[in-house]
Amino acid sequence: MVAVQVQDVYKFYKKFADRHKFLTIKSALVNKTLFGDLQVGERFEALRGVSFDVKTGHTLGIIGENGSGKSTMLKILAGISQPTTGSVITHGRISALIELGAGFHPEISGRENIFINGVILGLTRKEIQEKYNDIVQFAELEDFINHAVKGYSSGMFMRLGFSIAINVNPDILLIDEVLAVGDASFVPKCLDKINEFRRHGKTIIFVSHDLSTVERICDEVIWLKKGQIEMRGYPKRVVDAYLEYVGKKDADKYQLQHDKEEKKAQHDQREIDGLQNPEKRWGSREIEISNVKMFDGQGKEKYLFKADEPLAVEFDVQAVGSEKDFVFGIAIYNSEGILCYGSNTVLDDYSAKSISGRGRVRLAVPTLNLISGTYFLDVAVHKFDGYPFDYHHLLYTFRVTSGQRDVGIARIAHRWEFSESIRLEKNENS
Amino acid sequence: MIEKMKEILRHRQLILILVSRELKARYRGTVLGFFWSLFNPLLLMLVYTVVFGYIVGGGRMAGFPSTKFYALFMFNGILPWTWFNASMMESSNVLMVHGALIKKIKFPIEVLPIMVVITNMVHFILALPVLIFFFLIFGKPLTLWVLFLPISLLVQFIFTMGLCFLISALTVHFRDIKDILANLLTLWFFSTPIIYPYESIPKALKMVLNFNPMTHLVESYHFAFYYGALPHWKRLSVTVLVGLLFFYLGYLIFDKLRDTFVEEV
Repeated sequence: MVAVQVQDVYKFYKKFADRHKFLTIKSALVNKTLFGDLQVGERFEALRGVSFDVKTGHTLGIIGENGSGKSTMLKILAGISQPTTGSVITHGRISALIELGAGFHPEISGRENIFINGVILGLTRKEIQEKYNDIVQFAELEDFINHAVKGYSSGMFMRLGFSIAINVNPDILLIDEVLAVGDASFVPKCLDKINEFRRHGKTIIFVSHDLSTVERICDEVIWLKKGQIEMRGYPKRVVDAYLEYVGKKDADKYQLQHDKEEKKAQHDQREIDGLQNPEKRWGSREIEISNVKMFDGQGKEKYLFKADEPLAVEFDVQAVGSEKDFVFGIAIYNSEGILCYGSNTVLDDYSAKSISGRGRVRLAVPTLNLISGTYFLDVAVHKFDGYPFDYHHLLYTFRVTSGQRDVGIARIAHRWEFSESIRLEKNENS
Repeated sequence: MIEKMKEILRHRQLILILVSRELKARYRGTVLGFFWSLFNPLLLMLVYTVVFGYIVGGGRMAGFPSTKFYALFMFNGILPWTWFNASMMESSNVLMVHGALIKKIKFPIEVLPIMVVITNMVHFILALPVLIFFFLIFGKPLTLWVLFLPISLLVQFIFTMGLCFLISALTVHFRDIKDILANLLTLWFFSTPIIYPYESIPKALKMVLNFNPMTHLVESYHFAFYYGALPHWKRLSVTVLVGLLFFYLGYLIFDKLRDTFVEEV
């Protein structure tokens, strides 16, 4: 049985906004364009030929970037807006959790709002009466149900909205990102309820940015990109492909930004702002560090690395006189300001002999073993007792992308092993 | 059209509950509560009585036996006018105010202007006992012609409903209507025999006023209460037809624009 059938749906939005500024009813009447104005014009194509169907009892996830058409699709499924062309066929009662508590009246009590909202969602008074206790209980609002809704906290508001919508007992449940606003204890309860729905063979369509939840509860995932289905299939496969795409896009953007900044710095014939900032650079400059750069394994300058890629940090040093006591060091901080790793030539068991004039230092890292994120680099040269010659603090940034979604500070090399009574299977593409 | 009307009737429970919500919510938090729906037209009548009755002396000019009767006459017309006026004003806003319902829920949008008109009708009906009370204490007996009231009510409902469909749909696209409307309604008020009797106006002006459906509607209320006589059948019948025409056109335009509301509200 197919619960939802979407066939070649296009949705265009007209871009009225600019023209409407000068448009009054008079000019519309004078020019006889009252209806014409409402029909033609520039258009934004929110959905471009989307077709899919959902079997009864299946849970479909829809993911995609902002503006990819997810919410538009859901609104069309809910019957709130109409497709420009194409058709949507649904079998059974639909409940859409698009905005929880939409239509609550702030001045009247939670109890009255339950009845009104229930009727709005298509229940009869009698049905609501039967479910009233369940609704109040699930929302955990026993003590407040006779108070005006305007006094509710946003959490209470959301709980009541969710509770009513879920108790409509739909055959098809549409969920749009509503769980993002819930408090920590209520969200698991909602997910439990959603799982209960799945067990009862209800059809669910779930739009969310929370990819791990999508992966966990969906039978199938559709990835929408610019109003078209980019990919459809097994949740992990689609989510991973989507993550890779987002990661790559992010990376391109970052590289572009980095290049631009670099260019600007060169163009200004000045060092980057930071180099003049005493909070970011200090020291006597008897030995000076300059031209700090990062490279990949092929010796190409780069500031964006994969987690398991080799990289190198290089910098020029210039000693004013000649020194016998000097230490080179680096440190890596993550975006939360946590020191991920730091070391120097002393800690790595080198003892300094001499330095004079110009020179170049290179630190090679075979594999980075960091998780994805933005990192900041310290580079320094100082005396053994800590007296700074030149200290560059958090002046250099680089980024790490990773296909995996492990968490923490660093990626510790690891391997799973199981005894024979335990069977696991490695997923196809990891 | 008949199909669509049946569809609306299927939503009667929703309309009912929304109307009762409006009634409850409107005066919640006020000390006098729903009595405001009685006091508002009463206060309006008082103001007009003082200004037009005592200061201008309009009652004597228009040939009323006493200022008390002039006040009764005005109250008689102000009540249905208030229903009409408030419905129009609120309709110009109702789709925007309830934007969340339109945008976030599959919702029969036509229910909203219907809710406005019915809510104000209930206020009107609740104020009728006050009108009757004043007729009794001012010593003006009521006649059996009061029984014609439901007909006037029905005709006014149909006419107002049509206009409210039109106004609520058009204001979504032309927000300036809201501003024009208040002024237009003031002009309309003075073009309707409320503070002066229909018979007192010059013949040439009567021709103009005859084109105003509200003239005949308010007159029908005057006949039911103040004059205690059979309403002017011919004029009222034409008004019924005009009302139906407005209703038909109003709903037609509303229905045509329906799909644009989600994006424009």
